Amino acid sequence: AMDTDLSSQDRKDLDKFIKFFALKTVQVIVQARLGEKICTRSSSSPTGSDWFNLAIKDIPEVTHEAKKALAGQLPAVGRSMCVEISLKTSEGDSMELEIWCLEMNEKCDKEIKVSYTVYNRLSLLLKSLLAITRVTPAYRLSRKQGHEYVILYRIYFGEVQLSGLGEGFQTVRVGTVGTPVGTITLSCAYRINLAFMSTRQFERTPPIMGIIIDHFVDRPYPSSSPMHPCNYRAGEDNGVVYPSVEDSQEVCTTSFSTSPPSQCVFTVTKAHFQTPPPVVTDTLKVPVMGLAFSHQLSSSRLSYQPAALGVGSADMGYPVIFAGGLNAAHPHQLIGPGKEGGVPPVPSQPAHGTQADQERMCTPLDGVHYSAATPSSSEDTETVSNSSEGKCGSPHDLLETIFIRKVGAFVNKPINQVTMANLDIPFAMFAPKNVELEDNDPMVNPPDSPEAESPLQGSLHSEGSSGSSTGNTHDDFVMIDFKPAFSKDDILPMDLGTFYREFQNPPQLSSLSIDIGAQSMAEDLDSLPEKLAVHEKNVKEFDAFVETLQ
Amino acid sequence: QPHNNPVPGSSGRPPAMNCRAEVLEVSVEGRQVEEAALAVLHTVLLHRSTGKFHYKKEGTYSIGTVGTQDVDCDFIDFAYVRVSSEELDRALRKAGAVPRQDALRSSGSDGMGQISLEFYQKKKSRWPFSDECIPWELWTIKVNVVNLANEQERQICREKVGEKLCEKIINIVEVMNRHEYLPKMPTQSEVDNVFDTSLKDVQPYLYKISYQITDSLGTSVTTTMRRLIKDTLAL
Repeated sequence: AMDTDLSSQDRKDLDKFIKFFALKTVQVIVQARLGEKICTRSSSSPTGSDWFNLAIKDIPEVTHEAKKALAGQLPAVGRSMCVEISLKTSEGDSMELEIWCLEMNEKCDKEIKVSYTVYNRLSLLLKSLLAITRVTPAYRLSRKQGHEYVILYRIYFGEVQLSGLGEGFQTVRVGTVGTPVGTITLSCAYRINLAFMSTRQFERTPPIMGIIIDHFVDRPYPSSSPMHPCNYRAGEDNGVVYPSVEDSQEVCTTSFSTSPPSQCVFTVTKAHFQTPPPVVTDTLKVPVMGLAFSHQLSSSRLSYQPAALGVGSADMGYPVIFAGGLNAAHPHQLIGPGKEGGVPPVPSQPAHGTQADQERMCTPLDGVHYSAATPSSSEDTETVSNSSEGKCGSPHDLLETIFIRKVGAFVNKPINQVTMANLDIPFAMFAPKNVELEDNDPMVNPPDSPEAESPLQGSLHSEGSSGSSTGNTHDDFVMIDFKPAFSKDDILPMDLGTFYREFQNPPQLSSLSIDIGAQSMAEDLDSLPEKLAVHEKNVKEFDAFVETLQ
Repeated sequence: QPHNNPVPGSSGRPPAMNCRAEVLEVSVEGRQVEEAALAVLHTVLLHRSTGKFHYKKEGTYSIGTVGTQDVDCDFIDFAYVRVSSEELDRALRKAGAVPRQDALRSSGSDGMGQISLEFYQKKKSRWPFSDECIPWELWTIKVNVVNLANEQERQICREKVGEKLCEKIINIVEVMNRHEYLPKMPTQSEVDNVFDTSLKDVQPYLYKISYQITDSLGTSVTTTMRRLIKDTLAL
């Protein structure tokens, strides 16, 4: 009945406004959590593609995620679009910080002019959102992210889930806009325990664990949508293939009229642009991906591997974007972040009917073409009905990735070596390790001493060092044989001489050891020139340092 | 056909109404005055500026695009968003600079000032009468300036004032969200009566900024501020 009051053109316009409002809302929120200052230019001549007369850039991945979550629907009563912002530490613990909710309630304003008043009020609401995103506690945290934690976002559509925010969370209303089909409301619920964790606590290195442990939240409603870091590697656009946002083809030429309302003209024309080549139209300079905790001697990065779950091609040798089909139709429980500090559980078979949280990083797609609906397709049908972006939902086209956690200091362990038993306890990294893991960990069990080694070989460093600089210093010193007095001992499995040889030097840093199947060869090779350059540059320092040890 | 904005009469005069007034109060240290004032002014102007209008035939017009940018404060743990327009920023800084200079001049003693941001419409009158300025929204920013004794207090003040400003932004947004009276979108001949069209990249509603300085604060405000800082130090 309410629809009959609204002309079909108005209805179409309204739906379009709401859709793009939702997309822009997500952009504003995620961009406000990138950790960088945002700057866009004013332009006196309308470009025709700036929705709501505001210069808000579109990060393609974000738009893509939003569209995926909405799946062609619009916010309606009981169906809200939510952007969840959470924090994830380098240890792998995560905590929800905010939930931004775009909701619709039933209160209709029949009298309001869609093409004029609603549009302008939506513009005003976006401005309010710009302002409010800077004043919640998560903003300051997000500006300081990178070393110890990153900020992630997740978009979901449906019922709002606020339980992850802890007790006493606060709400701030950004604003409302009445429309003939309902009132749009935009608000943010945010955790306040954070208020006592001043950002300064994150500047001192320890003890993040001590803080997080209080806010550790078990997700009661794991949802299907993946989490993403708000900032991501820029410039790695070797074929990142999110197509430019469809609405680049949708010109929102707004023509307003000052004549009496009955003659109000609002035109939205669809210009037929050339399909722009898929490119990351990221004009925001962002720092290196937050979880690339690079240190001088190695770059330890969280990396992804194609899962052995029987999906996807096995010939991907390097990190790929996880792409998911993770809605109720494709339930693959892969990861449950935030449940504990340990490695996420990996069931051997997809669990139907369950939904999983996904965390994902935006890494460059080398050679993987992420297929999604091309911009030129079915623009007209893309209003309220199902989006034609079905292609990206198919699990068969896509690779599934596994989140490889770091156990201990940047030691990569393949997931399938970790048993389920370890995973249910928080901070599994501190728990007694699986023997299987320990066997592989060169830090715990240094490789056996080379008994058969010719005495003339000489270097006394432990076998674990792969020819790094720490071993080189002893090359000058050749030990023919070492028979310490009273060195035989039947109790110990090794004699004193061996022990001495073995442990004369500190054990090899795990970060220098060859990681087991975690980092791809390509990555290693790629990073080598860089590492070499750094070492070469610093050779004088290293030498000087070694001098001081003599 | 009914609609939300007042139906224009032949003179284009808005219906008689009260100018709505909002008051915001902040207590800051001397060197924070300018940034605090700018944060509030820019946030209001963000909501009260549009893109440039381009009138076409048949009484239609198109609107330019407003860009935005983040501003970090140096003396306050605070950041805000402003319209990307250097002209507008300069105009506001000029208005905010004067109270700051006065505040600094009287440093050593606490003081109080007030900055007013008024949005108005012009109503053209026939000669020999001059144009009327009819305000429709008035923002008053009361600034209490406190002088602090040591660096520790100043550090706390940085954080506290930052938190307070966050509250003010939320207050401003609440007011904006009420969708109360806004001047009707003008015809081309009337646009200068509603908007400031002198800027090249954005178009704020016509506004005026004025300020006044009073001298010493009442003791109550100073002691409250100091107590707040001391309490935080004691925590």
